Amino acid sequence: MNRRQIDGIVRRGGPWQAVQRGVLFAVLALFCAYYLVPLVVMISTSFKSLDEIRLGTLTSLPQAVTFEAWAKAWGSACVGVRCDGLQPYVWNSVMMVVPAVALSTFLGALNGYALTKWRFRGADVIFALILFGAFIPFQVILLPMARTLGVLGLAGTIPGLIMVHTIYGLAFTTLFFRNFFIGVSDGIVRAAQVDGASFFGIFFRIILPMSLPAIVVTLIWQFTQIWNDFLFGVAFTVGESNPVTVALNNVVNTSTGVKEYNVDMAAAIIAALPTLAVYVLAGSYFVRGLSAGAVKG
Amino acid sequence: MSDIRLDAIWKKFGATEVIRGIDLTIDPGEFVVLVGPSGCGKSTLLNLISGLETLSSGNIFIGGRKVNDVPPRDRDIAMVFQSYALYPTKSVRDNITFGMSVRHIPRQVQDAAVAEFAGLLHIEDYLERKPAQLSGGQRQRVAMGRALVRKPDVFLFDEPLSNLDAKLRIEMRTEIKKLHQRLGKTVVYVTHDQIEAMTLATRIAVMDAGHIRQFADPFTVYDDPVDLFVAGFMGSPPMNMIEGKLRQDGGSFVECGAPGAELRFPLPEAMARRVAGHDGLAVILGLRPETIFAAGSELPGPDRYCFELPVAVVEPTGPDTMIVFEIGGRDLIARVRPQDARPQGTRFRFEVEMRKAKLFDAASGLRL
Ligand SMILES: Nc1ncnc2c1ncn2[C@@H]1O[C@H](COP(=O)(O)OP(=O)(O)O)[C@@H](O)[C@H]1O
Ligand SMILES: [Mg+2]
Repeated sequence: MNRRQIDGIVRRGGPWQAVQRGVLFAVLALFCAYYLVPLVVMISTSFKSLDEIRLGTLTSLPQAVTFEAWAKAWGSACVGVRCDGLQPYVWNSVMMVVPAVALSTFLGALNGYALTKWRFRGADVIFALILFGAFIPFQVILLPMARTLGVLGLAGTIPGLIMVHTIYGLAFTTLFFRNFFIGVSDGIVRAAQVDGASFFGIFFRIILPMSLPAIVVTLIWQFTQIWNDFLFGVAFTVGESNPVTVALNNVVNTSTGVKEYNVDMAAAIIAALPTLAVYVLAGSYFVRGLSAGAVKG
Repeated sequence: MSDIRLDAIWKKFGATEVIRGIDLTIDPGEFVVLVGPSGCGKSTLLNLISGLETLSSGNIFIGGRKVNDVPPRDRDIAMVFQSYALYPTKSVRDNITFGMSVRHIPRQVQDAAVAEFAGLLHIEDYLERKPAQLSGGQRQRVAMGRALVRKPDVFLFDEPLSNLDAKLRIEMRTEIKKLHQRLGKTVVYVTHDQIEAMTLATRIAVMDAGHIRQFADPFTVYDDPVDLFVAGFMGSPPMNMIEGKLRQDGGSFVECGAPGAELRFPLPEAMARRVAGHDGLAVILGLRPETIFAAGSELPGPDRYCFELPVAVVEPTGPDTMIVFEIGGRDLIARVRPQDARPQGTRFRFEVEMRKAKLFDAASGLRL
């Protein structure tokens, strides 16, 4: 229900209701604080100098704002033995995320379309098997997958990581598109068949344009999942090809010298920024799309 | 123009037999209506003709060509769906030309075709709109346009009017009939609405549970139904069905009603001859509401039977008034002139035109 529909409902008035409302907002504010205070601490710390961190308290705001920590985290912090900052690893992540998200979303849409609109013998069994993929604990497949990547000659490379993410993203993307397409009338596909369009003709010209909401939700979800992934990154890439999540871990865990909290915090924010940005830019679309088995083209 | 021939076709979904051995020959240019209750297999039969479903056994010929293995797009058919199934992301124009654009027909030809049918269907004014911005009636017209524009040999309609309101439905019914008269293409039209069937069809196929009960022109189906099912399905309000026994004591009668208060409907001579020698047979007497009227309200004629019963319910419809009364605990309907109607509870003298009565064997349901 959107705001307009709720606003009109007549509510009971009076002081007791006002008290209830006050309590409700107080509780909500408390939870907000729980979530937001750590973020505030991170941001404020990342703008402090090391001296200020040593002298001040955790929650105090920076006295003299400095971007040094950010510059260092981006360009010169040491990740293992290499001291080029997070920058190269951010690019690794981008090169990995873009194809992995695009491929898993595209294939999920194709699967969902075939499973719902071209019902074939065994479609339900195949869907059940794909769905099962969503419940596999990923630790279980690390060793067999490492072996597979080795055989394919993709061990320790970004294309190898792309493949892993594409395969294990399919369970979710297929599920999501299947549920979306179930709500799309079969009549449209039948009409297009009578009109003379082929399997792919119908997919590209009729079905994909209708599924924009599902595509956006899937893109956001897959982007967040794959960008934030640590397990596959640490297991299937080495040094140079690490994604940013793994590099961040290495920055924070570098054991030499003083602990540079400001650099750690800046690095963590850099690593998290893309998903944050995606949420801010497309979040409202995401919420709408999720609540929308009801989205009709 | 193409003829369509269905030759002993069966369709099973797993263990469910939905179409159970149908033979049907549709002549070129005919308007055949498949009518029957919901779930009897009408849409399935239409989908078999269009190629959207695969036959379990039997053969289908369109224009003399066996099409069992021909996909829908190569059957030279167009179809209008109950839900209209318009492409939601395309404009009205692109909806209509999609079929031609898929077939790589040149742009000028497409535009000419759109111009021709947009005028015919009165949709010129919203060619650039999306289906969501159209009313139900406008969507229906677009769906028709999409089917017409490719000029196929055969049109298949699956309950195209059932989502429209009553007034629009009657208007579109007339327009569809005009279109058929003008284009002369072969049409197979599915509906569960027997009035639509009567008004549109050159021949009606009455379906029940995967079979065709009767295939004939509208008047024959109405006046000469082969069995209880067809008689009961066609006509609104439906035919009155009165259970009784055949009596042959000094003439032929159907005796019905509670013991002690029986009514004895005399059978006309021709009918009496057909059932001679079946004294005591359990029968069902079928009387259409319009064959029961107020005694004396029509010119006297042969084979009339009068009886008197109390009025149970009075239902005015405007041109006629329906009077509901009871025989043997069953509600029956008489169709009388409004000025002949009497209030509920009063005794009413009914007159029946027995020549138009139908007689059925209660056991088999077949016409006698
Ligand atoms: N794809 C299918 N799988 C299983 N049963 C079906 C399928 N399509 C239709 N049926 C069944 O076939 C019967 C006839 O359906 P349908 O042809 O749609 O009826 P109608 O159009 O006369 O209302 C129904 O009982 C329906 O449940
Ligand atoms: Mg149907």
